[in-house]
Amino acid sequence: MILRMGKISCKEASRLISQAMDERLSFGQRVKLRLHLVLCDACRNFSGNLLLVRRAVARLFEK
Amino acid sequence: MAKDFRKEVEALRPYLVRYASIQLRGTDAVEDAVQETLLAALAAEATFAGRSNLRTWITGILKHKIIDVIRQSSRHRALDAVDGEESAEDFDALFDESGHWRDPPHAWPHPEDALQEKQFVAALEKCLAALPARTSQVFLMREHLGSETAEICKELGITSTHCWVLLYRARMALRACLEKGWLRK
Repeated sequence: MILRMGKISCKEASRLISQAMDERLSFGQRVKLRLHLVLCDACRNFSGNLLLVRRAVARLFEK
Repeated sequence: MAKDFRKEVEALRPYLVRYASIQLRGTDAVEDAVQETLLAALAAEATFAGRSNLRTWITGILKHKIIDVIRQSSRHRALDAVDGEESAEDFDALFDESGHWRDPPHAWPHPEDALQEKQFVAALEKCLAALPARTSQVFLMREHLGSETAEICKELGITSTHCWVLLYRARMALRACLEKGWLRK
């Protein structure tokens, strides 16, 4: 029941994934996001894609 | 010695122009930022004194100039509703009614060799240039200049929600653009 209440969609998860890159999420948000990511390949991939972009942008012009 | 320094600094101009062009829109703004950076660098030769890599040092100066330009230009601009950039709703089409991805993201291969890396960076620069001006500014302040979100909102005089939406938009758009322009090429 508690898990059910905590469930979020990929759409919400994608927003939380982006938000987490900028600020610390609330405890509730972190739990929801983590539960979602355990079960969802697509959102894990999405998160990985964003991290790759982040690393590349930070390194832009380094070489 | 002083002459060499001047030459070395001048030689970095094309690199500085390219660097500023990605973060500022409009040739005047780019030219001004680069010019001021070169002047500041020449005036500060003594401070530099070979203590670090020249390009890294000058890039540091340019970063500050870019933030100055962005700060000044945002004072002169009407801040709300720029290009409809304040809405996150445009990405609703990527999800179905129950909020699932219509086209689920795949894991990207890490660019492994120098050539792949080069292609990735080229695609990234193109995708950045295609972002709406304000979206790209906020994104680069955050991801490239490394500013904190609160600081960016303050500099640009926008709410933290607006700031966060712009960052989300930038990431969604870049991801989609890279998937098209880099991965599926």
